[in-house]
Amino acid sequence: MASNTTTPARPAREAPTSSLRNPGIPLDLDLVREARVNRAAADHRAATLTTRRSVKRAWQAGWLLRAVTLIDLTTLAGDDTGGRVRRLCGKARRPVRGDILRALGVPPRDITVAAACVYHGLVPAAREALRGSRVPVAVVSTGFPAGLSPLRTRLIEIEESVAAGAEEVDVVITRGLVLEGDWERLYDEVAAFRAACGDAHIKVILGTGELGTLANVKRAAIAAMMAGADFVKTSTGKETVNATLPVGLVLARAIRDYHRSTGIRVGLKAAGGLKTAKDALAWLILVKEELGDRWLHPDLFRIGASSLLADIERQLEHHVTGRYSAFHRHPLG
Amino acid sequence: MTQVREAFQTLEYGPAPESETLADEWLHGGERVFGHYIGGCWTDGEGAIHQTRCPGDGRLLASFRYGTADDIDQAVGAATAALPRWQAIGGHARSRHLYRLARQIQKRSRLFAVLESVDNGKAIREARDLDIPLAARHFYHHAGWAQLAASEFAGYEPVGVVGQIIPWNFPLLMLSWKVAPALAAGNTVVLKPAEYTPLSALLFAEVARETGLPPGVLNIVTGDGATGAALTRHDGVAKIAFTGSTEVGREIRRATAGTGRHLSLELGGKSPFVVFESADLDAAVEGIVDGVWLNQGQVCCAGSRLLVQESVEEEMLDRLRARMERIRVGHPLDKSIDMGAIVDSTQKERIEGFLAAGAEDGATIWQPSAAVPEDGFFLPPTLCTGAPASSTIVTDEIFGPVLVSLTFRTPAEAVALANDTRYGLAASIWTEDLSLALDVAPAVKAGTVWVNCTNLFDAASGFGGYRESGFGREGGREGMWEYLKPASREGPAPGPDSDEGTGAASTTARAPRDPIDRTRKLWIGGRQMRPDGGYSLPQLGARGAPCGEVPRGNRKDVRNAVEAAARARASWGATTAYLRAQILYFLAENLSVRAEEFAATLSRVTGATAAAAVVEVDAAVQAVFTFAAWADKYDGQVHSTPFRNVTFAMNEPVGTVAIRCGDAVPVAATIASLAAALSQGNVAVVVASERYPLPALDLVQILETSDIPPGTVNVLSGIHDEVFPTLAAHDDVDQLWDFVADDLSGEAERLSAGNLKRVWVDRERVTDWLALSDLATAMLLRKGTRVKNIWVPYGV
Repeated sequence: MASNTTTPARPAREAPTSSLRNPGIPLDLDLVREARVNRAAADHRAATLTTRRSVKRAWQAGWLLRAVTLIDLTTLAGDDTGGRVRRLCGKARRPVRGDILRALGVPPRDITVAAACVYHGLVPAAREALRGSRVPVAVVSTGFPAGLSPLRTRLIEIEESVAAGAEEVDVVITRGLVLEGDWERLYDEVAAFRAACGDAHIKVILGTGELGTLANVKRAAIAAMMAGADFVKTSTGKETVNATLPVGLVLARAIRDYHRSTGIRVGLKAAGGLKTAKDALAWLILVKEELGDRWLHPDLFRIGASSLLADIERQLEHHVTGRYSAFHRHPLG
Repeated sequence: MTQVREAFQTLEYGPAPESETLADEWLHGGERVFGHYIGGCWTDGEGAIHQTRCPGDGRLLASFRYGTADDIDQAVGAATAALPRWQAIGGHARSRHLYRLARQIQKRSRLFAVLESVDNGKAIREARDLDIPLAARHFYHHAGWAQLAASEFAGYEPVGVVGQIIPWNFPLLMLSWKVAPALAAGNTVVLKPAEYTPLSALLFAEVARETGLPPGVLNIVTGDGATGAALTRHDGVAKIAFTGSTEVGREIRRATAGTGRHLSLELGGKSPFVVFESADLDAAVEGIVDGVWLNQGQVCCAGSRLLVQESVEEEMLDRLRARMERIRVGHPLDKSIDMGAIVDSTQKERIEGFLAAGAEDGATIWQPSAAVPEDGFFLPPTLCTGAPASSTIVTDEIFGPVLVSLTFRTPAEAVALANDTRYGLAASIWTEDLSLALDVAPAVKAGTVWVNCTNLFDAASGFGGYRESGFGREGGREGMWEYLKPASREGPAPGPDSDEGTGAASTTARAPRDPIDRTRKLWIGGRQMRPDGGYSLPQLGARGAPCGEVPRGNRKDVRNAVEAAARARASWGATTAYLRAQILYFLAENLSVRAEEFAATLSRVTGATAAAAVVEVDAAVQAVFTFAAWADKYDGQVHSTPFRNVTFAMNEPVGTVAIRCGDAVPVAATIASLAAALSQGNVAVVVASERYPLPALDLVQILETSDIPPGTVNVLSGIHDEVFPTLAAHDDVDQLWDFVADDLSGEAERLSAGNLKRVWVDRERVTDWLALSDLATAMLLRKGTRVKNIWVPYGV
């Protein structure tokens, strides 16, 4: 078992202490089925969130730094190796060049990403590479990305990853259960995943690009939260449509409703398709406006990304030097 | 770089000011003094110089003049002089000019946006994303109408010189709504921008000059209400288009009464925002933000009356208050604010007055905790709950960031509350239940209904009001009609005094058949009624011989008739077009059976030759067939608006139409005008020809046997001076059709200002009842309907 698993999502230094984990509540089928989302209105809100707010200059630099601390720096490729993962973890520990951070007036030790996210087989390598840092290892699990292997093997997979040192587990739901409206089985599945995670935090990937409608996204999120999800997460990154702002909006509102009725804060993770600093700012604005500042910390908001960090680094350097930067000026992740 | 660290830790937004360098240059740093733009030149005139300031910080922006009657006279002169050439260059050339203006607005969009923001106080985001792009869109759209006008509006011509008066809430956008269709149709324009916000119109004048819009085609005279009044009273102006308060709209209605000047009014509102329990409540909350806090609530169609179903009231208001806490109020040029400044201190005080009165009435006034800036005219978003229905904050247009919340229990009650207002500009309906939405949308009295959306506008979709929110539409095909009139015809139409057949008493006319004394009565609520006053008037025949008596109706008869019509209005309006057609065909059938008798009556009363009388009755039967045919064919449209939604323009009945018939061809006139009104679902009160009322009263027997529901048609006779003014002033009459066009018509127009009913005086004598032209038929259908645009966005 991993040590120090009570606060696996290391908050940035200024972050409030972690809230209690979501213990889950009994399945309330009415709440799931009655969930309503008006697509056009959601699209409109998502489109105007970023036109209503503009974050410029020093504020933009500060926001982008915060975005860095929210990143689950991820490699999920078939050809991942120990070497590849060690490089990723190096980047996770020191995501931004020290000279840039010093120029921005931020102590370099304050800035790490939120987690490094890998496949099961690379957990030991990642754990080794992150030893002594505050960066936890996150693992994708349960037959990621399709999640269609036998439930028994999926549960064993979770247990093995946690045993290998993963402090966070990103599980995928069976999307078919949503499309079939089989909320009881979905609830049971997520509850079983959570039990298998033990002290490791569970992020439930809904695969929103495969759920057909925004209403289904909301229903799946509600069921997952009732079953004890610590985070609801948009996508595996492998679907054709991944983290879009309207989906983020729907998840944020589902999380808000759950908090309203239970007092429990569930986290949100956007994954897949976030590539630019501008994308990151848009999601921060969305979370700030729809969920509030409390959610803008790594215990409640994550961005799963690989190439995003490089673009943020360029923007930060531009802020320091006044010159537009180039990718090759920043160490590869 | 401590700022970076602070921002990293707090994630506050920080200031994000839009640059105003270019605007400042254009305004000469506040030193610039503008004149009027008349006949393609800048002229100073003699008017007093006033200043315009930024409501966000009080800074001087520029000085300009209040135009005098002389300035208006010169501008109208320039517009009149420009008219022939502007019409002669043709639709394609006009289209090119409008296209150029659209392009120029786009090319200078940021300058326009900044000017609009500092002059009005609106958030730069709104000016940038809404006002300016939509203004350009209007010129594009109407460049298209200019190109197509000759074919699409064949038989019509421009009205002439158009006087336009626009408000301060969307200065350039309102200019474009007015100027683009007017120019597209071939009119020339004198426009007066609002005294708070003249700048974007002045920049637009500069653009028009630079792009070679011919001199005099567009004239801009700045000023206040006095300047506007001079424009509305100018004899050289053929049409007035006004957007502004209902109060001023009423004054303009009175001022233009009897002048023959065309008029369209886009006035105030207290638009309902209806949230059903089946709504996506979060979406509805966001809709409210867009609906009532856009432009600080200074929007004529603001959804300022929240009607929320009781079962979700608490949840809805909780969510709303939480959302309101996140609304940022600040300097208009800050790109991260939701709300800017109120346009002027007077307006701010007015709004505060409403809130004080509301509090006194017992309402709870709630505002979010964040303070608003002090050096400018700022107000926070405000929610009022628990206000009694009679409180002025519930009934009156506040024109500020104030939402009043009420509850309902059932859809029927929601509709009743939504319609419980003198206004009828817009409505917003929130539910995920399509059947419910499509049931409620037609039931709400409003020119625009937004389903699960709000404050969406587009040039392809007409915008305008019901009731005291005004008449006329802006945008789309329906908007073009406001700037067109039927093309002049060659010969004069037969006037009321054309005494065809008089004196030549036809030998073929039969002698009166019935020796029994006949008592003709008024027809009210489906019953034959004696006149309230107990007086009759003699009906003199063709050679002056008495041939019967007719009732002398009075104001109480009018009252009874209008009440009967009101009772029949909803059900007749809801009958299917198929049923209306069947009833009209049946009416034609019954009339045709007794055609000979009516021809004889006509000859006896009006002295028409037998042949002419037969022709007239036949024309009446034909007209009924025409309108029966149209009953189920006068379809609406689906507009192509650039959103993912269906915008359907429905033709709805106007309601109660009061028809004043002339003396010419009384049978044809009465029957044809009635058929036109009925075919589109209107109910009617007909005032029979003053000189020849008898045939109309005899027609009651035909109407009675034709399955027309009681009250749907009511027939009055009497002295027009005694009955028609009562109808014109009646607040429950929705429209006047005056086919006489005399001094009384002007008086009727003046009296109509009370509820701002629509008035059609057929001064052009379009309606030749003996041979209804296609154009006359189309006009009767158009006058008998008003367009409601229903926006339904979709998506899963």
